[in-house]
Amino acid sequence: MTEIVTAVVWLAGSVFALLAAVGILRMPDVFTRMQASTKASTLGLGCLLIGAALQLGDFASFIRVVSIGAFVLLTTPVAGHVIARASYFAEVPLWKGTVLDERQRDRELESQYTPRDV
Amino acid sequence: MLEIVSQMTLVTLGVALLVAFIRLVKGPTLPDRIVAMDLVGVLVVGLIVVLAGWSGVRATLDAAIVIALIGFLSTVAYATYVERGDPQ
Repeated sequence: MTEIVTAVVWLAGSVFALLAAVGILRMPDVFTRMQASTKASTLGLGCLLIGAALQLGDFASFIRVVSIGAFVLLTTPVAGHVIARASYFAEVPLWKGTVLDERQRDRELESQYTPRDV
Repeated sequence: MLEIVSQMTLVTLGVALLVAFIRLVKGPTLPDRIVAMDLVGVLVVGLIVVLAGWSGVRATLDAAIVIALIGFLSTVAYATYVERGDPQ
């Protein structure tokens, strides 16, 4: 029973990891690539961790697996936010089909005034 | 059965690593390469965890913890350099 659950969870996790990699290759933009890779890789790594914890079945390894999961779950959104902010302010070009850039108007207003007026 | 499944999982993770490396080499801008490197770190952590669960060697989980930590720190450091611009 444990083996069947482990097999299903491991296969699902590896498929999600492969989808993250395919998304990072096929998406047109830094931001779309980032959202594909962060979400899918978090889900895939969570599945792989659940399978490993079931397979090892040990309290010490359970603690380690849970700590890896908690760390990745906490740090992946922070890393994604930091990369997105840095690449936006470094003026990496957006995809040409982007429909909404909420900071566009602020940037136009900033470019109209000289620094002395602000 | 678990032998075949874990080998399939490892092969799939290896293919994912290869695809992420293609983006790491191709990536037109530096943030693309940072995103690809972050994904490579997460995939290596998953590979190590599957290897630990398959072979029963529990000491490799500590290596997975360390690699996850270093991956996050390197991502934040690279993003800081990108945001700051040229060194002065």
